[in-house]
Amino acid sequence: MTIEPHGTSDQLDQLPEHKPRRSDVDVRAAKRAERQVGLLFLGSALASVLFIVFYVFTSVDEEIRLPGFGYTNASNLLLGLTMGAALFLIGAAAIHWAKKLMTDTEIVEERSLEASSDEAKDALLEEFRRGVDDSGIKRRPFIVGSMAAALGLAGLPAIVLLRDLGPLPGNVLRTTMWEPGMHILVAETHQKIKPEDLEVGTLVSAIPEGIDEVMEEEGNLNALAKAAVMLIKMDPDEIVADQTPPGEESWTYEGILCFSKICTHVGCALGLYEQLTHHMLCPCHQSTFDLSDKGNVIFGPAARSLPQLAITVDEDGYLIARQGFTEPVGPSFWERG
Amino acid sequence: MTTSKIEQAGGATYVWVDDRLKSAKYIKKQLGKVFPEHWSFMLGEIALYSFIILLLSGTFLSLWFKPSMIEVVYEGSYLPLNGVHMSEAYASTLDISFDIRGGLLMRQIHHWAALFFVAAISVHLLRVFFTGAYRKPRETNWIIGVGLLTLALLEGFAGYSLPDDLLSGTGLRIAQGIMLSIPVVGTYVSFFVFGGEFPGDDFIPRLYTVHVLLVPGIILALITVHMMLVWYQKHTQYPAKGHTERTVVGLPFFPVYMAKAGGFFFVVFGVTALLGGLFQINPIWLYGPYVPDQITAGSQPDWYIGWLEGALRMMPNWEINIANHWTLSINVLFPAVILPGLIFTLMALYPFIERWATGNPNPHHILDRPRNAPTRTALGTMSLSFYILLWAQGGNDLIASTFDINVFAITWFMRIAIFVVPPIVFVLTKRICFGLQRRDRDKLLHGYESGVIKRLPSGKYYEQHEPISDEARAIILARATMPQPLPMPEKYDENGVRQRNYLIKKLQAKLSHFFYGEQIPMPTPAEIEAAMHHEAELTAERNEEISESQAKALSPHE
Repeated sequence: MTIEPHGTSDQLDQLPEHKPRRSDVDVRAAKRAERQVGLLFLGSALASVLFIVFYVFTSVDEEIRLPGFGYTNASNLLLGLTMGAALFLIGAAAIHWAKKLMTDTEIVEERSLEASSDEAKDALLEEFRRGVDDSGIKRRPFIVGSMAAALGLAGLPAIVLLRDLGPLPGNVLRTTMWEPGMHILVAETHQKIKPEDLEVGTLVSAIPEGIDEVMEEEGNLNALAKAAVMLIKMDPDEIVADQTPPGEESWTYEGILCFSKICTHVGCALGLYEQLTHHMLCPCHQSTFDLSDKGNVIFGPAARSLPQLAITVDEDGYLIARQGFTEPVGPSFWERG
Repeated sequence: MTTSKIEQAGGATYVWVDDRLKSAKYIKKQLGKVFPEHWSFMLGEIALYSFIILLLSGTFLSLWFKPSMIEVVYEGSYLPLNGVHMSEAYASTLDISFDIRGGLLMRQIHHWAALFFVAAISVHLLRVFFTGAYRKPRETNWIIGVGLLTLALLEGFAGYSLPDDLLSGTGLRIAQGIMLSIPVVGTYVSFFVFGGEFPGDDFIPRLYTVHVLLVPGIILALITVHMMLVWYQKHTQYPAKGHTERTVVGLPFFPVYMAKAGGFFFVVFGVTALLGGLFQINPIWLYGPYVPDQITAGSQPDWYIGWLEGALRMMPNWEINIANHWTLSINVLFPAVILPGLIFTLMALYPFIERWATGNPNPHHILDRPRNAPTRTALGTMSLSFYILLWAQGGNDLIASTFDINVFAITWFMRIAIFVVPPIVFVLTKRICFGLQRRDRDKLLHGYESGVIKRLPSGKYYEQHEPISDEARAIILARATMPQPLPMPEKYDENGVRQRNYLIKKLQAKLSHFFYGEQIPMPTPAEIEAAMHHEAELTAERNEEISESQAKALSPHE
């Protein structure tokens, strides 16, 4: 074997010899390539025509069964296939054309991207200095100062203009629409509910009475994003503790607890309740709250317990809020404290 | 007045242009411009073409989409949602999906193209990183690229959020929760962005303008500069026989590259259209409209937001209460604001850090093979493993339900792995690079193993080694141009005076050793000489043995 360590660099700077393709040397091969390119283009044209046919004659809600795929929308499928074919075949034809029939002999081009010569750089600097001198920017400080003030201040109106993007936060993040005596409605049915309607072990989503009217009036879903709660009925023996402050009447009513449904992490609605352990898991980031123990965080990125709503029943036996939330619901914010 | 050839050829339009721009010389040069060929150079093209597809399909969608949060009652073709209250944005997305011919196809093309757009940018970025294509003079294009990636993530998230379905609304809720975590101004930012409390009724129209005008406008401008720089600075190319720093080797723009690149655009568009026809993506009708007290299990963002989602899920629940007056939500602020900020800043700065470590001002047009820059390659795979862990954690609930593993156990595993795995990957990658360097060195010294086993008359077997080709040698020898580590600076000069900037120079030298201190030495001429000599000796011995035995065979009577 031989290895030549010396004198190879010239040789390594040379491009490898060009090897001709079939279509370069064989006229029939070139003809064949030409036919293939043409057929690919014609295939595309046909697909475009078919696209229009399917557009006109396929109903937008027609279902079609595709072996291996199941049922799918016929219009979407046929339009996708024909459009895809029409475009893909144009691409395939052009690439095939380039690869078989256009040159594949590599060309060498100089890069010529060195930095400018010193003379050129000096000349530029000279030109720049001439401009600076001419403007008198160094000699006329009053103009410079006033210009800086004008340009600086001109930006301010643009920022001030954005002021009306939204109201100032004020205290609204600290309150919800829950008020003392407000009926608790089952979210799904919008019906009032009695303690005995709930079985031990169940959890239902709930909302304050009158929320629809509030949302209608405000024209948005803001009220629901804060006031959504859930009712959980447990065997009273299984409740380790709730958030009732010492000396106050219990916030829990006959084993029924009411917690905010909005995660204290970043505000997703809570959703995965494990009956046996009374754990409530947030499907977004898996913050897990123990509803039988003050709604405390037992795992995950949430830092604060779920706020509990104090509940009782009215004279007809329907569940009501005894007071509003005593702390902000949902994600933390800077001013929360 | 004589007639030019182009006039004879009927190039009236061109003559019209040239009379005004005097462009014959310039255009002639550009038509013959050389483009080097390699499959990995097509990754950026996929990103570019996906963007064009996004502009086209997005324009189509905008003809019907109503960016409005006004509540309507749906009465359309999709029966399961008939009579349901929803925003106009969601209802019009249903209309596009079910009542407009080709609407679903365009929606799905738009979504697939968006997924490809970010994926192609990401893989393109990896290619540029691992081959050192960002080095001087291309640092500007690297920074533009990092900007484009950031904007692509933002643009993707904005588009995903517009239909106002349950999944996207949940995503917006998370985004708003993240805004709230910003110290001092967070609450104000959230109120200004959403026009008050979440979700309000201003956000979708505002987001629409961001999605269809502001961000795509900036992306388009940046792509234009990105392409102009590639064109003007000429493309990099891989080390190979005949490739030098002074030249660029490839095929002419017209017609070859034009046909290939133009054709590739149609291929990408065609594949996207086929996907849109065959594979369902983001079926918003199954999620239902956004309602703040509802959620679905397995809530997932699109793939490219997964790493941020994972960071949020991985973070322990640290929150600091300051003087009972303020709340600092480190559990949200760090993973969702500080971490991405750090990552993108480091990415943008990386070329400058590496260049400082080399201490050399040379431009680079020949790409590095990853093995030849072990520290860079190891930093790359280390970062990639960090990203992949975050991304996997973003789907920890899916991993848990698919493999029946406790989701808390996965989270704990990830919390530890995020610190342990990347350093291991760093060390392993470096070792693998050195292994490959040794193999290259071996090939230079002893040739490659031909696979031909021969038997000597004595019964001894040996494998015949063959010299590697010039093509292969040119690729291996490219490593000789890698930078050498800078010498450690002397603290005092010969007069006993402390050097200026001694500590900075020392840091630079240390960084340089970190990057270039360890390399498998290229074979010296003496070593190659010795290897050749050894090989020649072996060959001579074998030949001698063969001729001896031949001589024996020829004289049987002895």
